[in-house]
Amino acid sequence: MSQINTAGRAGVQSSSPYDVDLVRKDFPILQQKMRGKRFVYLDNAATSLKPQSVIDAEIAYYTTMGANIHRGVYEFSERATLAFDAARESLRAFINVPEDGHIVFTKGATEGVNMVASGWGRRHLQSGDEIVTSELEHHANLVPWQELAREKGLVLKFLPIDPETGTLSLSGIEETITDRTRLVAITAMSNVTGYLPPVKEIVRIAHAHGAIVLVDGAQYVSHHKTDVTDLDCDFLVFSGHKMLGPTGTGVLYGKEACLDQMTPYNYGGDMIVKVYKDRATYRDIPERFEAGTPNVAGVIGLGAAVRYLLNLGMDNVATHERNLIRYLTAAAEDVPGIAVYATSDTEHLGGIFSFNLGDVHSHDTGAILDNEGIAVRTGFHCAQPYMRFLGIPGTVRASLYLYNTTEEIDIFIRALARVKEVFG
Amino acid sequence: MNLNEDLYKEIILDHYKSKKNRKRLPDAARHLEAANPSCGDDIDLYLEVENGKIQDAAFEGMGCSICLASADMMCDAFRGKTLAEANSLIDKFKGMLTRNEVPEFPDEAADLEAMQGVAKFPLRIKCALLAWTTAHQLVAEENKSEAEKSS
Repeated sequence: MSQINTAGRAGVQSSSPYDVDLVRKDFPILQQKMRGKRFVYLDNAATSLKPQSVIDAEIAYYTTMGANIHRGVYEFSERATLAFDAARESLRAFINVPEDGHIVFTKGATEGVNMVASGWGRRHLQSGDEIVTSELEHHANLVPWQELAREKGLVLKFLPIDPETGTLSLSGIEETITDRTRLVAITAMSNVTGYLPPVKEIVRIAHAHGAIVLVDGAQYVSHHKTDVTDLDCDFLVFSGHKMLGPTGTGVLYGKEACLDQMTPYNYGGDMIVKVYKDRATYRDIPERFEAGTPNVAGVIGLGAAVRYLLNLGMDNVATHERNLIRYLTAAAEDVPGIAVYATSDTEHLGGIFSFNLGDVHSHDTGAILDNEGIAVRTGFHCAQPYMRFLGIPGTVRASLYLYNTTEEIDIFIRALARVKEVFG
Repeated sequence: MNLNEDLYKEIILDHYKSKKNRKRLPDAARHLEAANPSCGDDIDLYLEVENGKIQDAAFEGMGCSICLASADMMCDAFRGKTLAEANSLIDKFKGMLTRNEVPEFPDEAADLEAMQGVAKFPLRIKCALLAWTTAHQLVAEENKSEAEKSS
């Protein structure tokens, strides 16, 4: 078998800050074969694989607790409630929530954006107010604002992307955010290119104009140390399933002052204090925003995911992925006919690699990689405006996580040659 | 499962690369745009129908090899067929991909059998079907307008 010596050639070193082989043993699905080949999972921006400890935590809820939270007076309900509350505490520590901030559990990042658009936007924005976002956004952080703008007669503005560098410039941000801006909704990491916009600067500029900021952390939070106290954003949304947690879990972080200005998204059980025939009073934050039985097993699993990540260390995760993306970028340079969609700012880059091979449609490249046991995402990645900006119908996207290895990248690079064999 | 035997057969790649049917037809032709939102296949299909017979069929657009090869084969197969014959082809093609039916295409449309292997790739079936479901709508439109004319 021919070895591609990418590390030597490009001078890219890739010593991981932790033993990645040991980490891989924690993920049972990595033992599976796909299409009869070694399973190489490079679709982490879509969802992450789960370690045994997360799977065990979910099972433990069903096998040793079983009961609903906050209600029962018996031991098992008490056990479930404590486990649920412990997960919330783990999340608080994970993103360094300040005293006056809260973790609200959601179904995922999409629900978090919709809760703010509906609960805060509908109540506080009026005709002529401006919302600022960017063309980098995932549809989840764009379509809710479009709907709100249409309903309330708001102006939707976009931070300009520098066509040369593919990044958001400080001057562009300063020109776009004005005193008419009431809310800025921005991703902390592009799910197409891995670009990390200057979110802290955006928060500072928005606050100077009296606007609040919602940060879409769906891609960022699972890969980098996140400190909302330092970032000073007003809202942060992210999804549990992209950070080793169960599907159907997510977090809306908000400052108390902002959450307090929001109407609840759902009304019903578990969010009330007193209910009369014609009215009701509501519980404090965060329970006010968690009507109905939540995803108890999922949240407990998410708590286990956070403990796994904290144990590994988020700075270590970021370093590992940074090494991998540099290795991958260098290795791809020699692939004939490859077009890479990346910003020129390699200092602010997460573990995402978007590309096309010649004029081969991304779906076809994806199908050939699938046949080699490699999972990638193809198409427009829920970011049609950004695809239009790039002038392409779609890309192939390889996205990395803490369990990926340079060996897997070698397998991926070798498999790209198969695309040329089939499509010439 | 073999990628070259089941999915990327030579005959499919030939139709994918063929430019013969890649054009827009005159305004008189029936036209419909269709897309697979999950993968970005996006085509404009044209059918030129006269006296209940398809005189010409063509398409423009972007898509994967399976989507575009399927559209190309369909245009070849449709030319000269009556609307009823076209509907019968559509039904047979869908049957082959979604109901595991053994295809019985007329000799001049035998290339369509090459698409049978796509049935083994469930996520690609919608790519192969895009042109056909769009054609089904166009044929229905034509039938409806003919019925309105004669009533």
